[in-house]
Amino acid sequence: MAEPGIDAELDAVLRGEDPAIARVLAQVEDVRPDQLELQRYTLRTLESRTPDANSVIGLTGPPGAGKSSLAGALIRHWLETDRVDDTPGVGMVAVDPSSRRSGGALLGDRARLRFESGERVFVRSMASRDQLGGLAPATRAAVAVLRAAFPRTLVETVGVGQSEVDVETVADSVVIVLQPGSGDTLQFMKAGLLEIPDVLVVHKWDLGEIAERTRSDLLALLPLLTMPGDGHWDPPVIGVSSRSGAGLSELAEALASHRGWLQQSGELTRRRRNGRTEWILELFSRRYGTRGIERLGGPKHARELAESCPGTALDGFSALASRAGLESAPD
Amino acid sequence: MPDRPWIFRTYSGHSTAQASNQLYRSNMEKGQTGLSIAFDLPTQTGYDPDHALASGEVGRVGVPVSSIDDMEQLLEAIPLDRMNTSMTINATAAWLLALYLAVAERRGVDFASLRGTTQNDIFKEYLSRGTYIFPPAASLRLTTDIIEYTVDQVPNWNPINICSYHLQEVGATPVQEVAFGLANAISVLDAIEVPAEKMPTVFGRISFFCNSGIRFIEETCKMRAFTRMWDRLGRERYNVEDPKLRRFRYGVQVNSLGLTESQPENNVPRIVLEALGVALSKDARTRSLQLPAWNEALGLPRPWDQQWSLRIQQILAFETDLLEYPDIFEGSHVIEEKTREIEEAAWDEIRRIEKQGGAVAAVESGYIKRALVESNARRLEQIENGERVVVGMNRFVESDPSPLVQGEAAGVLTVNREATELQLERLRAIRSKRNDGEAETALTALRDAVRNGGNVMPPSIRCAHAGVTTGEWSDVLRENFGEYRAPTGIDAPIKLRSDGPINEIRERVTAVSAQLGRRLKALVGKPGLDGHSSGAEQIAIFARDAGIEVVYQGIRLTPEEIVRSAQQEGVHLIGLSILSGAHRALVPEVLKEVEVPVVVGGIIPAEDAAWLEARGVAAVYTPKDYDLYRIVGDMVEIAARAHGVG
Repeated sequence: MAEPGIDAELDAVLRGEDPAIARVLAQVEDVRPDQLELQRYTLRTLESRTPDANSVIGLTGPPGAGKSSLAGALIRHWLETDRVDDTPGVGMVAVDPSSRRSGGALLGDRARLRFESGERVFVRSMASRDQLGGLAPATRAAVAVLRAAFPRTLVETVGVGQSEVDVETVADSVVIVLQPGSGDTLQFMKAGLLEIPDVLVVHKWDLGEIAERTRSDLLALLPLLTMPGDGHWDPPVIGVSSRSGAGLSELAEALASHRGWLQQSGELTRRRRNGRTEWILELFSRRYGTRGIERLGGPKHARELAESCPGTALDGFSALASRAGLESAPD
Repeated sequence: MPDRPWIFRTYSGHSTAQASNQLYRSNMEKGQTGLSIAFDLPTQTGYDPDHALASGEVGRVGVPVSSIDDMEQLLEAIPLDRMNTSMTINATAAWLLALYLAVAERRGVDFASLRGTTQNDIFKEYLSRGTYIFPPAASLRLTTDIIEYTVDQVPNWNPINICSYHLQEVGATPVQEVAFGLANAISVLDAIEVPAEKMPTVFGRISFFCNSGIRFIEETCKMRAFTRMWDRLGRERYNVEDPKLRRFRYGVQVNSLGLTESQPENNVPRIVLEALGVALSKDARTRSLQLPAWNEALGLPRPWDQQWSLRIQQILAFETDLLEYPDIFEGSHVIEEKTREIEEAAWDEIRRIEKQGGAVAAVESGYIKRALVESNARRLEQIENGERVVVGMNRFVESDPSPLVQGEAAGVLTVNREATELQLERLRAIRSKRNDGEAETALTALRDAVRNGGNVMPPSIRCAHAGVTTGEWSDVLRENFGEYRAPTGIDAPIKLRSDGPINEIRERVTAVSAQLGRRLKALVGKPGLDGHSSGAEQIAIFARDAGIEVVYQGIRLTPEEIVRSAQQEGVHLIGLSILSGAHRALVPEVLKEVEVPVVVGGIIPAEDAAWLEARGVAAVYTPKDYDLYRIVGDMVEIAARAHGVG
């Protein structure tokens, strides 16, 4: 079945060891079909051993809002406060757009993420679009690997409506980062083009008045867009300055309480199941296109099938492929 | 009566204060009329020689100055009241000026008799040179502290040298050089808080440091445009009535970017012609000139090489009839038209920057950096396709062997390898001989001034006398201001190259990636304190255009950070760029920790290239390798071979 040494490697991932995590990330990024079986084993093993409490937080927002700086500041905050309850370590996937024409990419987020050598932070930069075709479960799989290794995983994606990876289907909680005075995002939300996030951050809070105005605009708008009533989550709007550190503990607290709400309301299970379904469908349509979906009886039916498959997303993918009579990879 | 010549300078300093002092004194004997002090990178970025980031950099690109003891030794037997001293110092300018003033005080020299310049221009550090420490607002405050202090206390000092020089070095066009330079000056002047009646004096103390490239007629027009625009700014924006105070006072170092490593003797005529660009027009003539050495692209120049450049200046000033005429372009329609063209385009650009909130905002947003990165990419493209001729490099490349560069280490200076040890010893000495209580009290006074908005100069002079070190002084400011990371300029969309040769590399990258199972991924890193990132940026962009996924983290990384990033990112290849000459210290630190191939680019003498390759570096690229197609194509093959794919 599995390759010799893989179990030791995965043990090392679960212990949070850098070299093993790096190698396993490379392994799950591999698009060669003959890697599928090993990847399936890896993800199945890691998923079954990932502590349920390990969370994934998505960070998104328009370019220039300072997402990387905020990520850096938030990670630093966690590292400093976490030391108390002894669960250190943060994983991060930073997604940058790749050039459609060349397939290459400039991955520059690390420039704003500097950590001391002893600090337990693992950052992997990824390009949003892979032109090699075939199976590229990259981002979702990378998140699954990091979630197995760290209590917290951050996923930073560029832009609003620009990223290939729909951040709300990989993250438990989604934070949108806004620049003071950025009217566009508000318009997107009003027009229903943008999902309402779980937490809104008005970044660069040190700019003062203009930042406060953006926050009041959001506070006025949100009740019109969210559903009122018991049991619903009211997205908080938090002013944060990565430069001064203002608002960081509020943000961390908001994420913790969202986490509590997710568990209580059963939303966490729903979101994770939905994320898995999206992952299966993404793998399937990347590989077999709309024709494949048609063979499953159309998008609605394909989704129902994906939802009912047991196992990991890769298992689901194979199940759908064989159902469509397209099975080519070994089981 | 011929005009007075400009001040002759040579940018120099290396190894130790003592070695540099000897060099300065011998340069004076040869007819140099002003000092131009080059500091090493730890001094420029505020670290003592025992800091991890200083490894390999002590005494390398300039002289180390860790305390007043070093400054005293550096200026030994140099008459401060008769010297004109230019210090290329920016983030730590207030500190080095404080040390200079403290030495003057110890010698009983009146501040009013001191002449010279602190570069003190942080703007271009974010864009080009990379020796910034603090965020823009804090840096601007230090800059204005120096200006406000010297206008009163050291009245003949030029407290700031607004540098357009370094913008041309990273590819600025003449219009960009003028526009960005003046926008920078505006942002500084607007930040100064002095009574209105003092503003003309302040305006009159602002000087500039410009560049001069090989297109010397256009450069002449550029300098005339600068002169006129500055005059107009003074008149209209700052109400300066005295025309003398509105004079555009500037110094020059001519272009280093255009100097070639291949057939380096060709650089001599280049330097002469570039000097003409800032000397020909009397109305827009430079006040001081420093010429690079013919062999700068090969390594550190020797005293003899610098002497040759000094002789060029002396021939121009004393043998030719240049200084005997009024402005020879008076009445020239051609020059006038070109000047006006530059002027108008530059005003347009200045208005665009003002609309974005001024130069500081345009630096923070990355607007200016992106514009420069794009200009530089265009320049390189023109060299590659032959549109821009560089004799001996992309045309007329046939050459007989040059007698000037024969032999292994010929043609460059080797830095005293004991410099680090000597400097560490001096650091220990000052720490043990000073009164620690006094040093602590002085640092506390500095901290208070920084926090309460007091001028940093007086407490800094006190720190200097108390034997405080460069690292200690800088740490106090770091604690309060924080450290800054400037935009890299490559995080926004930049025009993609799409010509024939790059398509070939792209196909190869796709093929190699398919065999690897994931797209070829590389890390471009700048270890050490060297902030000249333009080469690394161009490689990163080109590699992206060739289809590679490139991790780029900006400047000032320790080898340890680079190793960690390369490992976490799972890259197939590492490219390191080091222009400071610290490659022997830094590269092995990376090599010994990684399994993927490492290539190195920089100012690396042939002897060192062989040394690096013997230690496992896969390839070394120097300024003569201007062909990015070849470099990146090469990197793809190196990565492919190392990972066992064909």
